[in-house]
Amino acid sequence: MSDALHQLPLAELAKRLAARELSAVELARHFLGRMERHRGLNAFLDVRPEVTLAQAQAADDRRARGEAGALLGIPIAHKDIFVTRDFASTAASRMLEGYMSPFDATVVDRLAKAGMVTLGKVNCDEFAMGSSNENSAYGPVLNPWDAAAVPGGSSGGSSAAVAARIAPVATATDTGGSIREPAAFCGITGTKPTYGRPSRWGMIAFASSLDTAGLMTVSAEDAAWVLSAMCGFDPNDSTSVDRPDEDFARDLAWPVQGLRIGVPKEFFAPGLQPDVERAVRAALETYRSMGATLVDISLPNAELGIPVYYVVAPAECSSNLSRFDGVRYGHRAKDHGDLADMIKRSRAEGFGPEPKRRILIGTYVLSHGYYDAYYIKAQQVRRLIANEFQQAFTQCDVIAGPVTTSVAFGFGEKAADPVSMYMSDLYTIPGSLAGVPSVSIPCGFGDGANASRPVGLQLMANYFDEARLLGVAHQYQLATDWHRRVPAAFAA
Amino acid sequence: MSLCKEDVQRIAHLARLAITDDEARRTLAQLNDIFGMIERMRAVDTEGIEPMSHPLDGAQRLRADAVTDIPDRERNLANAPARQDGLFLVPRVIE
Repeated sequence: MSDALHQLPLAELAKRLAARELSAVELARHFLGRMERHRGLNAFLDVRPEVTLAQAQAADDRRARGEAGALLGIPIAHKDIFVTRDFASTAASRMLEGYMSPFDATVVDRLAKAGMVTLGKVNCDEFAMGSSNENSAYGPVLNPWDAAAVPGGSSGGSSAAVAARIAPVATATDTGGSIREPAAFCGITGTKPTYGRPSRWGMIAFASSLDTAGLMTVSAEDAAWVLSAMCGFDPNDSTSVDRPDEDFARDLAWPVQGLRIGVPKEFFAPGLQPDVERAVRAALETYRSMGATLVDISLPNAELGIPVYYVVAPAECSSNLSRFDGVRYGHRAKDHGDLADMIKRSRAEGFGPEPKRRILIGTYVLSHGYYDAYYIKAQQVRRLIANEFQQAFTQCDVIAGPVTTSVAFGFGEKAADPVSMYMSDLYTIPGSLAGVPSVSIPCGFGDGANASRPVGLQLMANYFDEARLLGVAHQYQLATDWHRRVPAAFAA
Repeated sequence: MSLCKEDVQRIAHLARLAITDDEARRTLAQLNDIFGMIERMRAVDTEGIEPMSHPLDGAQRLRADAVTDIPDRERNLANAPARQDGLFLVPRVIE
């Protein structure tokens, strides 16, 4: 029985834990064993079995005292962007090598209070900047479906760990697509809630007006359970939305009969690879056969999302990353002159090429004489894009389309050309700029040489409509089994 | 718009990033590519559009001016690259 534990939905794990057929310690040991066996994926950056097993024992003790939460004893991996007291928090950067946070991120704390057991910290692009995981200072994660393919980024460790079933669920973060793109590339379910729903407190900041915590799970149903515990108002986050906690699983059974699905024509323009289009159109057809209506919509300025994003995100990044000065924490250069020289050299040595590039872009667009022409202009176009979403949601309940233009690309294919790498997020950035909730769910595989590389379907809903959005995703997963597929090397 | 190598060095100084001549030269081409891509956005008519700084246009929330957190000095100093007598240590600033 225990061999198949990693194949079970969270609901089944919860049932066995509740029935005392399974202990949290046994479950944690099972996943720790898989993590060890599949170290070659490079998904984990910090693993401390003694900490994990102590947390699992604490969950078992809570249950013995009569507690009965659905997530009590369920293991989870945390993206290395969330700070943790008991595991190092590096943001996959040399800058923070060995950093031990004095506190837990709110997201980590809430999930721990719900009884979830931390398996370790997972790899990502440095400071969550990247679309392939090639920007990690600790080496890239491999895609469990095809070791020659990138797992996507920035949450590539989270997506690979869940795809390989070495973690049943993982936290992730999304600034321009960093949950949805890797979820699509790894054939799992990625959930980015409404901006401001989950707390940013203790999430190492990249672009504060965009950064959103979320989840990598096998299914939308699993996501709904964990998201309910993860999200909630946090006075420590100045942009946290003050709304009561919600049960995001409440609409899972809502049928899609009568659902209006908006299909933006801009998401099917030239550039979209034929195999991705085929799989996504087939998924839309599945929804139609289940009683949903497809509505043609337009998001005319969505394609300007990338230029807008590459002004707004670097601007905020240059401001956020100014805290790394080699004084209070982080890397300090060995050889240096005065204080100013120490700071400059520490930053030059500690940051990798992508954070440096974005700091330079951001510093420039915020500098005297360029602020209005770039930063203010980008914020204005951002509003135009957000307004188009509101216009679209008068015609439809959810918006559907591809997550990416292609299936996972190969290592090195885009690494030398930042602009071509940035285009990876063409379909995910508009939703990030608007701040609407969005999921990526697996809907097939590529063609020919890409037959082992998954394709993702993106679904977006209006602000605070996560419960319905996850219900729409869940209904598709009741009708299909793409989300249950496991790469052969990781099934047993 | 096109940047030159001196622009890159000036921006790097503003960003407090040490940069070699060689790095500045390599970075220059990439930055110009990126700004070329950004240029498309500048043609959009945004007359009268209010800049959007936050997706939900939330007003900045204020809290009572009260102590909410007692910092743990030892834990906060534990990650410092250099420390002395319970303080962060930096190179001499005043001769």
